[in-house]
Formats: sequence, C-alpha cells, structure tokens
Amino acid sequence: MSAPTYDLGKLHGGLRLDGHKQQSTAQPIFDVPVPAQLILPLAQHVGDPAQPIVSIGEHVLKGQLIAETEGALGAPIHASSSGKVVAIEPWPISRRYGETAPCIVIETDGEDRAIERADTPPDYDSLAPEVLEQLILQGGIVGLGGAVFPTAQKLMQANTCELEYLILNGVECEPYISCDDLLMRERADAVLSGGQILMHALGIDVCYVVVESDKPQALHLLEDALNEIGDDRIILKQVPTIYPSGGEDQLVQLVTNREVPSGGLPSDVGCLVQNVGTAVAIHDWIHHNEPLISRITTVTGPGVAMPMNVRARIGTTVADIINFAGGYTDQAKHLIIGGPMTGKSVSTDRVPVVKATNCILVIAEVPSAGPELPCIRCGDCAAVCPVQLLPQQLFWYACADDEKHLRSYGLTDCIECGCCDLVCPSHIPLTADFRIAKGRIQEMADEKARAERARKRFEARNERLERERSKRVEELAQQKEEARRAGPDAIAEILRRKQQQGED
Amino acid sequence: MSAIWIAVITVAAIALAAGLSLSFASRRLPAQEGDLVERVNSLLPQTQCAQCGFPGCRPYASAIVDDHAAINLCPPGGEETVRKLADLLGRDALPLQKPPPEGRVVAIIDEAACIGCTHCRTACPVDAIVGAHHYMHTIIESECTGCELCIAPCPVDCISLGKVA
Repeated sequence: MSAPTYDLGKLHGGLRLDGHKQQSTAQPIFDVPVPAQLILPLAQHVGDPAQPIVSIGEHVLKGQLIAETEGALGAPIHASSSGKVVAIEPWPISRRYGETAPCIVIETDGEDRAIERADTPPDYDSLAPEVLEQLILQGGIVGLGGAVFPTAQKLMQANTCELEYLILNGVECEPYISCDDLLMRERADAVLSGGQILMHALGIDVCYVVVESDKPQALHLLEDALNEIGDDRIILKQVPTIYPSGGEDQLVQLVTNREVPSGGLPSDVGCLVQNVGTAVAIHDWIHHNEPLISRITTVTGPGVAMPMNVRARIGTTVADIINFAGGYTDQAKHLIIGGPMTGKSVSTDRVPVVKATNCILVIAEVPSAGPELPCIRCGDCAAVCPVQLLPQQLFWYACADDEKHLRSYGLTDCIECGCCDLVCPSHIPLTADFRIAKGRIQEMADEKARAERARKRFEARNERLERERSKRVEELAQQKEEARRAGPDAIAEILRRKQQQGED
Repeated sequence: MSAIWIAVITVAAIALAAGLSLSFASRRLPAQEGDLVERVNSLLPQTQCAQCGFPGCRPYASAIVDDHAAINLCPPGGEETVRKLADLLGRDALPLQKPPPEGRVVAIIDEAACIGCTHCRTACPVDAIVGAHHYMHTIIESECTGCELCIAPCPVDCISLGKVA
C-alpha cells in the first residue's frame, strides 16, 4: 500500500513558524446553528460578480440558486438556508480592496427546508469530462484554499494542457489555521472520493494527496480510508512543515520537483492542484446534491474564548461565529480574516463568512517590532523567499516606481507570503510595499492600454472624417459635371420654372 | 619625408571617404523624422484634448518635432511626460504651463437633460459618445479620455466631468 514518501523536490527558502494549531484541533468540528440573518456577497470568487435572480420579498429554500454567473469567469451562489430575501444592498465584507460590496440578505425562517431536486444525481463515471465540468460549475464550487478561483474554469483551463498529476493540497502551512486538518480527519473518505471525481474530470491516473508532517492524525486516517477503498491511483505524500509549502506553485515544486514557469500555471508542468476542502465540496455536490453553502472555518487566537473549528453556513456573520465559540476574551484586540501571514485585518465583526474564509483569527495587541529603518542590504529576505526573488532589489525599485525593473525582477511572481517581512532586521513592511507596487504597475499597464486604444480611435476617426470629406467633394464635382453636360438650355429651363413657381 | 606624405594622404583619403558616405547616408537613407514623431506620440497620453493648442496628440507630436513646439504644453501627461520628452529630444524639461488634472476623469452626460443635438458626439475626438438626432446621448466610459472637448458645445450644459471610481 502507498506509504508516505519523502522523495521530494526542494523548496527554496521558507520559514519554520510556530504553528499555534493545537488550540483549535483539540475538539471535533461543531456545527454553527443557522443564524437569523444570512449575508451572501455576490462576489465570493475570482472573476465577475454573480447576478441576483431573486427579488426582495421572495421566499427561498436551502440550496436554491439565488445568483447566476455572468461572463466567462465566475461561480453561482446558492441560498445557505430557507427564508425570505429582505435586501440586496452593500454590506461590509472582508477583502483586499474596498470596504463594502453588494450582498443578498436573507432572513431565515428557522425551518432550514432544502429545495427538492427532481433528478437523482447521475453517476459521474458515465459523464463526459465537459458535462462534469458544467455540473461542477452549477454547484458554485470554488477553490477553498483561499484563492477562490472557480473550480470548473480551472478544470477547463487545465484540460487544454497535457496533464499528469492531480495534487490534493492538505498542507495548510499557515499558522493558526487548522480547518483542512480537521476536515481530513473527519471526512477522509470524502477527500479521496472528491479526488476520484477530479481524476475522472481531468482524465488522469495519478493523484497525490499531500499532507504536512505536523498532521499525523489526518495522515493516518487518510491512510485507513485509502486502504478501505483500495484505489492505487491515489498516493499519500508527506511534506516537511515549512511555510509556505502549501502555496500552489511551491507544492508542485515539492511534490514533482518541477518549477512552475514565471507567469505560468501548474498545468504548464502537467499538474493541477486542488485544496482538500474543494475535493470534499465536489464530493458533496456530485454525490449528495449539496451545493457549496457551508464551509469549515477555524475560529482561533488568544482573543477567542474557545478556539475550535466550526462548520458554518456561508453568510453567517463573524460575530455569530465568535459568539458560538464563547465570545471574545479580554485580550482580543485585532480581528483578522484569514491567517496571520496572508489574512486581512477587518474593523467590524459584521462581515459574513464567505467561500474564502478559512480562518477567523482574533489576536492580542502585537508588541511593535520597532520603527522602520533603512535597508542594510543584508539579503536575509532573498534567502527566505520561496519564489527566489530578490526582495531587497524589488524594494529599491518599488520606492523608485521603476516599472521596468519591477517587472524584470519578477514582482508579479511574488506570492505575498510575508516571509521577507518576518526576517527583515530593519522591520520594513516589504509585502505591503510590494502589494502597492503591484497595484501601481497594473495601473500603469491599464493606462498604457487605454492610451493605445484612444490613439487608435482618434486615428480611425480622422480617417473617417477625411473619407467623408473627399466623398463630399467628389459628389459636388459630379453634380457640377452633370449640370454642365445638360447644357445652358436645361439650366435656363430650370430657372424659368423656378420663376414661374414664385409668381404662382 | 615621403612617410609623412603617405600618412597625410591616407588620413585625408579616410576623411574624404567618411565624409562622402555620411553625406550620402543623410540624403539617401530614409530620415528618422517620421520615427521620431511616432516616438514622441507614444510618450503623449493620447487624451486628444487639444489643450496644447494642436488638434490632438499626433499633431502635437509632429509640431514638437518639425516646428520645435514647446514640450511643456500637455497637462494630462503631467511632469512625467515633460521629463520623458526632454530625455528623448535632448531639450530642457520646463515646468508645465497648466497644472495636471488629479486622477482619471471622464465626461458624464446628465441623460435626463440631454436634447439629442449631437454636438458633443461630433466634438468627441475618440468617438466615445453614442447617440442619434433627438435621442439621448451617452458616454462610453471605458473609452472616454476626459478631454473636456464635449463640454463647451453642449447647448443645455448637461455634460460634466466626474472622477472614475
């Protein structure tokens, strides 16, 4: 049988961080009761926001489609419980840019009545990959590792490449977060079943389930589940506990020793990476007809009374979940959605849990590391950078707004893992600076593209005006020519007729 | 003595050959002028606002190259453009004559007030206004350069400038 293996590629840099995971892994996953109000943002995924198809006052059932995809990239949204749509309005949410976004607000009726589906789920084995992809799209399934890229479109894109390996990512390397760990412990069979469905959709025969070495229980339970189903296409792999080995490209490097090219995707080197949570969501949708309406999220940190993992309906507010976990402690100071390295600090706990919310972290006051000092060019940041960039050079160019060098030094390949921040002896907030610089160079590129379009439109318009002018000149000349050819008698005749008309 | 003459004649011959080939190159090979206009044009912001006094960015570019027009007449380009033009042309970077606008702006038509006169549509240098006679007009926001040329022709003053969110 497939035992965990160590034949791994090498990850450059990275850090061994304090896990802080044991607080939240001591208990099983608890279900948060359905809250009185559900807030469902229309943009919970990468791509275009979904378009609402329900109106205010309408009664909806659990699992009912309430917003559809529009455009090439997106995912639909389903009601997480039964109730009445009371508003479609901007609501505070947690995301990188902007404070609020349009949300569908549902007042639940407490019955939690599910929509009845007429057709029994078809056997996925009999479906063509394209049909299966469409089915996955309808389930509103997105990557649950944090990037929330619509899964169906990821599969469609990957299917245009030559694929070899499916990698199920159970690495979860960021401190405090343990939702995937608990998920693998409690639903190991569903993880493997999701992997089987994905393998069928992709037409590949090798699936690595990769788990970090600090999750021995999950690994053990996965092994048992694998022994039970006896599918020798699935291979368990264990990787050392180093942050950020759970990054998509980093994981590919570790597992297959292939480097994802700059600006490329894992599919360029024959791999497709999916989070274990996504695999379970696919299993639930394909086998049990349950769309993505809930997720497991870790509530933890010194600011939470009872750190734990909960299964919450999408749209439950963070306040409801923290209440469920015993409320805040005296130490609670900052609320972070996501992990301590890549998460976003939010100012209100009214924000809802969305498909991307893998962790709710409440931390105590962080002692200030000290003021930002000038860069001393020690190069520690370059040593830990998992993408092998030169953060000290990038910092230089970011300060100078030097787009050309920022690009040639690979700023767009920065995964914003935050390792360089942690090791910088001058306490320079490098990741934050890079994030701003990324926005800047994107802006510059947009501006350039806009100027190019304007130039083309301006030139096209000038050409058109010139064409119209020459056409008019031509017509005038033609009329003149006709009159001349008709001769003076005809002109006199016309003039005489005009005169007569005037007299009448 | 003859060694000196040989040297003088050799150097003179080289100088003559170089001079002839240079004069041939300057007369017969295609002039770089056209390219230079293109390069100057690519540095301009393509707003087509005519604030420089020329009817668009390309005409301004050829005026800079051919008639030695000043390089600090383009407010939308900002100091950055003046600096780049100065670098390219080897001229002094003078301060801008008018201050640059802050952030990207686009024209907005108050559609309730529009009478459908088509004057703004005719004025738009990048065809970013759609509308027909006696019908409401509207701006294609993604294509609008915020040049303000549509504001003056409007007989009912229903066009204003707005910041892009």
